[in-house]
Parts: sequence; structure tokens; C-alpha cells
Amino acid sequence: MLRERGHFMTETAYNFAYLDEETKRMIRRAILKGLAIPGYQVPFASREMPMPYGWGTGGVQVSAAVMTPEDRFKVIDQGADDTTNAVSIRKFFERTAGVATTTRTEEASLIQTRHRIPEAALAEGQILVYQVPIPEPLRFLEPRESETRKMHALEEYGLMHVKLYEDISRHGHIATAYAYPVRVEGRYVMDPSPIPKFDNPKLSDCPAIQLFGAGREQRIYALPPYTRAASLDFEDYPFEASKAEHPCALCGADDTYLDEVITDDAGGRMFVCSDTDYCETRQKERAA
Amino acid sequence: MSPLLSVRDIEKRYGAHIGCTGVSFDLWPGEVLGIVGESGSGKSTLLSCLAGHLAPDRGEVIFDTRTDGPRDTITMSEPERRMLSRTDWAFVHQHARDGLRMGVSAGGNVGERLMAVGARHYGEIRESASDWLGRVEIDEGRIDDRPSTFSGGMQQRLQIARNLVTGPRLVFMDEPTGGLDVSVQARLLDLLRGLVRDMGLSVIIVTHDLAVVRLLADRLMVMKSGRVVETGLTDQVLDDPQHAYTQLLVSSVLQV
Repeated sequence: MLRERGHFMTETAYNFAYLDEETKRMIRRAILKGLAIPGYQVPFASREMPMPYGWGTGGVQVSAAVMTPEDRFKVIDQGADDTTNAVSIRKFFERTAGVATTTRTEEASLIQTRHRIPEAALAEGQILVYQVPIPEPLRFLEPRESETRKMHALEEYGLMHVKLYEDISRHGHIATAYAYPVRVEGRYVMDPSPIPKFDNPKLSDCPAIQLFGAGREQRIYALPPYTRAASLDFEDYPFEASKAEHPCALCGADDTYLDEVITDDAGGRMFVCSDTDYCETRQKERAA
Repeated sequence: MSPLLSVRDIEKRYGAHIGCTGVSFDLWPGEVLGIVGESGSGKSTLLSCLAGHLAPDRGEVIFDTRTDGPRDTITMSEPERRMLSRTDWAFVHQHARDGLRMGVSAGGNVGERLMAVGARHYGEIRESASDWLGRVEIDEGRIDDRPSTFSGGMQQRLQIARNLVTGPRLVFMDEPTGGLDVSVQARLLDLLRGLVRDMGLSVIIVTHDLAVVRLLADRLMVMKSGRVVETGLTDQVLDDPQHAYTQLLVSSVLQV
């Protein structure tokens, strides 16, 4: 047991990565099942974490369960390494696991993310952990959990297209811009967590392991490396990975997802990369 | 010709209480069967058993499927039964709210069944939704409105459009005119009669309103205390009732 090996214990006397080993084992089982059935939502006994629901309790539990002392850990929140949520989760694992941390996507072996996939290409051996608020893509169309489970089991996914139909009839195009549903390997329809649909193509055929944890809803699901995830659409309204039609004001990139930043109260605004690490790297390269 | 639906000795009990028992009949293609009886006579229980919403304790419900011929829908697997219920079957609820998605536009409601069987072309889905709204006399301009903005009669007609869009062969109706005022009822009945004729639908319609079955049904089954007490051609049963209960039922109709 890791618990008995003193050098994993930190000064705060928590077990390595906060959770006890039995809980980690339970979560790992759920993760393995999720990897074996890509896109299937595996129920797990989510624990109380020292942070509120909605702040990434699911992602933190998954990260804790897969973390090793050799890992280099990165946390991003809406693409940024320096927001409250990212900073506090990074600190949490620095204190309870003593792992090395980084802001560089390429250097990290374990990345916890809220609402983005990093711009830099992920590689084999990396694990990307998503924080998921609502894992059930059918939830707002069919409130009964008993019914949605049955619909997943029987592959009855017509209802998902009703949502897209409603989008087109109301807005003239598929207006769903985030949490855009994907079909995994032609089987399960999955909510990729609220990432912008710009990131959807990166879900598919990704060399890294992608794990999704929903703490309040007590579900874990997963995409193994090189798994196909097709965004749902209509034949005459195909899927489009949309973004703001601007280059980044700081690094000049025109192929990244952008945040709109209001700069004054006279209508001034600028568009900058939401992935701070990617943007800073490019700025340094340009300066050099 | 073989019957579309053969029902053999259906029984459903709620504990010691009988829901319905010993019900057998054949329904032929294009036929409209009315089931009448007072509240609590077991007619809705029977309909739920036939439509697969309730599992009967005994009996067979054999449906002549398009691909595999006659199959017992009670012993068939749940995916197959659910597939039937969104393709070849339709169910019209008494309250339109039970059969519609109130948060989804009229067009989405009609299109849902098409998308459920694999339609993935928005333009075509919208076209058939629009066509069906016209056929149930709903202004096509209301296609993007939610059913919650519709009147009761319109909601009921929308529910019918939503059910018929996949061209089912068997329609179950549970008091389709209940809760509507008489002029709206008359219009709905007219519409239903036209659709049944045009599409050659087979229908099982449960109601306590004898006027409804007089207009729609070819054949009639009278139920009391969970048992069928009389069957026959509609006009025959209503004009010359044999069983004491049927006589009571017919004589209880209010005359204007």
C-alpha cells in the first residue's frame, strides 16, 4: 500500500493525492470500465471534495486516481493557467501529492481541463482529464434518468437531432456552440463537457487518453487513444468548428480559439487566444 | 388475408383486483375497433397491454410485422417492441401533453419520429413536418411555435400528426376527444375519419363516448368489470343491444 510508504506522505499528512487508496481503486475501476466502453457513462461513488460542486470535483477525483509521483501536472480553466480555478487545483495537488507542475502543454503528463482542449497537439502517454458539469447529453430533452439510460442502451438517439433541428428552425443554423454532442465509434452519444465546438475535431483520433469526471452527477466516461468521435449534424447542415473571425491580438494566430476581451467602456475590445500557454509560447518565438 | 393484430386471452391483474381478463379478438387491416365501457371497466388497461405499455399477466398479442410476419409482441425483445411503437404503431393519448414534447416546436414534435428512424436531412424533415401540419389543419406558419401556445384542439391534432408521420399501420387511441368541446370534437372526428380512410389505418379506439364510436368504429367491444360483455358491428350493438349493461349504456346517452 502506498499509504505505508513514508516518502509519499506530505507534511500535511494527507494520503498521496488526498483520496484514500480504496477510493482511488474504486475510481480506477470506473475509469477502466469507461475506457473499455468508450462514451458510456459509468456510475461511481463520488466523494465529497474540499471544494464546491461545479468547481471540478469530478475532474479532481479522476486526476487523483490516475496521478503518480512522477507526473508533471497542468491545470487549465477556459484555456488559462492563471485563473482562480486552475491555480487552486494546481496548488491542491502540489500540497497533497507533491507532484511537479507546469503550464507547458508539451511537458505535462497529466492535464486537468475545464472547458478547453489545449491548442498544442497532445501526444501518446498524456492524459487529459475533463471537468464535467452534466454528463448526460439528453438531459434537457428527456429529464427522466431511467428513460435516458434506456435510450443509450437501445441506441435511440433521434431525440438528440431534435435539439439540433430546434437550433436550425430558430436560428437558421446549428447554434449549439459548446457541449456539442458527439457519437463515439458509431455507438454512444456523448457530451464532451462544455468545450467550444471548435475543439470537437480534436476529440477524435487523439493520441492521448481522455477521461471525463462529473462529481455531482457521479459519472465517469472516457475516450481511449485514437477513438473516433463524430459531431452530430444534418446532411444539409454539416458540422462546423466555429470561432471568432479574427487573428489573436497578442500572438497573431488565426487558427486558435479566441476570447473576446472588453478593454474599455467605449466599445473597445480585443480578441486573444484562450489558451494562454500556446499564446505566450508564440509571443516568445516571435520576439526571438 | 390475415389479421393485423390477434389478441388471445389477455389478462392483467392488479393484485387480487382484475384489470381485464379473457379478452380475445382479431383486428383486420383497415378496420376500426371501438372499445367502450364505463370508467374502471378495464378498457384503458387493455389498451396499455396491447400497446406494450403494460406487461399482461397472461395471453398473446400477435402483430403481423412487415418483415417477419406474425410475432407475439409480448415476448419480443424490448428494443424490437420500442422500434415497432415508433414505426408501425402510433399511440394517441387523451391528454396531448402526455404525447407531445411541450418544450419543442411543432415542427420538431412532428419531425422527432422521422429523426428517430434515421432521417438526417433537415430540409426533408421540415418539408414533411410542414406537410403534416397542413393535413391536420394547422396553419403552416405555426411550425416554429411551441405546443404550449396552441389550443387544446390544436394540440390534439398536432399529436395526431406527430404519430402518423412515419405512416404507421396500427393506431391506438385513448379517449382522443376527451376534454374537448363539442364543435372541436366534431372537427377532430371528421379529420380522424378522413385520415383513417385515406391511409387505410387500423385503429383501436377506447372511449366512453358512444357518439365517437358511432362515427368512427366499424366494430364495437363493450367492456364491464374487466370482461368483454358484448361484441358486434357498431350499428348492430348500438341499435339492438343484447346485454343488459349495453342496454343501460345506450339508454343513458343524453338526447338533445
